[in-house]
Amino acid sequence: MIGKAAIDVQALHKSFGDLEVLRGIDFVVGEGEVVCVIGPSGSGKSTLLRCVNRLEEPNSGRILIEGDDITDPDADVDAIRTRIGMVFQSFNLFPHLSVLRNLTIAQRRVLKRSKAEAEDIARQTLERVGLLDKINAYPAHLSGGQQQRVAIARALSMKPDLMLFDEPTSALDPELVGEVLEVMRKLASEGMTMMVVTHEMGFAREVGDRVVFMDEGVVVEEGPPEQVITDPQHERTRKFLSMVL
Amino acid sequence: MKRRQRQRLTRSVLYGLFALVIVGGAVLSDWQSISRAFLQPQIARDMFPRILTIAARNTIIFTISSFSLGLILGLLLALMKLSTIRPYRWFANVYIEIFRGLPALLTVLLVGFAIPIAFEGFRWRDCTIIPGCGTYGAGTVGLGIVAAAYMAETIRAGIEGVPKGQMEAARSLGMTRTWAMASIVIPQAFRLIIPPLTNELILLIKDTSLLFVLGTSDATRELTKFGRDFATDRFNGTPYIVVGIVYLMITIPMTRLVALLERRNRAAR
Repeated sequence: MIGKAAIDVQALHKSFGDLEVLRGIDFVVGEGEVVCVIGPSGSGKSTLLRCVNRLEEPNSGRILIEGDDITDPDADVDAIRTRIGMVFQSFNLFPHLSVLRNLTIAQRRVLKRSKAEAEDIARQTLERVGLLDKINAYPAHLSGGQQQRVAIARALSMKPDLMLFDEPTSALDPELVGEVLEVMRKLASEGMTMMVVTHEMGFAREVGDRVVFMDEGVVVEEGPPEQVITDPQHERTRKFLSMVL
Repeated sequence: MKRRQRQRLTRSVLYGLFALVIVGGAVLSDWQSISRAFLQPQIARDMFPRILTIAARNTIIFTISSFSLGLILGLLLALMKLSTIRPYRWFANVYIEIFRGLPALLTVLLVGFAIPIAFEGFRWRDCTIIPGCGTYGAGTVGLGIVAAAYMAETIRAGIEGVPKGQMEAARSLGMTRTWAMASIVIPQAFRLIIPPLTNELILLIKDTSLLFVLGTSDATRELTKFGRDFATDRFNGTPYIVVGIVYLMITIPMTRLVALLERRNRAAR
């Protein structure tokens, strides 16, 4: 762990009806750290990520975002969320708004930035993902890879302290995966705190500071990518990796 | 006989019968008395310009005002139906069940006559919420609350048709639920439901004919009442035909528009 905790998950439980998806998770992401969460589908990794900004309501446990308890009933969830950027598997761009408006709407309404400032920041972040020329396009006219890069830019334009990625390349055609990973790689190298749920083992190994393997609602194993991916300690990790590598 | 031949024979016999009925009907009809009763050019001419400046205008005013009221109430009911607060859902369900289950005519009568009786001293004529109120007010409220019941279901379906990820993306950017609903979900929902809403508008155009029961004055008559008055006055059927043509001149372009919008919606997906 590098520096203090950006995300500190303590004894987290989450059930959907009778199905217990998270069974006591303790999980930390340090400031500036890139943590990749891997595991079979149904292991609870996406649910864990969605609990971090409370898109899912945990049943018990605490989640501290830079020290602030987002699970506290009195917490200003909307304010804390502005510090957490989120990128979805299905992009979730707003199809009725142009790329520029996608990037400015929350800046203006939530952060109360002026129109000029919001558009300035939008242009800068689009430049970072290499899509400044698409500023006036509508999402439907972009490829999947471009849409996901715009979605990353939308999250970045809020100037968040940390970023959550929920299988950001799983909905993409294989030839479009690279451009999204490239943007994420750059982001990581600039020191962004990132929690990435992914199936991209190459990315996890190369970019991740730490890899966490989850199965059946618990953290089975975690450590440096080299160790977890090439020399897993647990049988379940070995079985999973032998299937995906 | 082979199957193909038999088929061809049946089809020819059916065509023959059809033509016989049409031609026979045309020959046997008394065209003179028909045209005397329904197609008198002079009576038709006499209806202008008032059929447009008063009757069609009022039909359009009633339609637009009750559609607007229905849209606002319908959106409110749709949001109540989707609410997590149970009494809101109950209220919306009961409202929708009642006003979809009652004849629109009965609701119009209730609003137009029962309310003034129930609330002594209240007269639609005196109500000043809507300028030039009176019949306009009663008609708008009567048809509007019926339209709301139908539109609520359409709008709810539209809101539920917007992918859940849209709300999640908006919330993840720190927007409140209300803001996300208003600026992200509802605009997309309305795009989905423009065709069914236009259908609702066409139904409303036709339902404005029910408002004759409000005993509308000369100036507030809509098309059907205007035609009826004219027909009674001249003791002739021509006004009904003319009024029918004016209705069709409004409704047919709109049904075409719906078809066009539906094609475009399908193409966009």
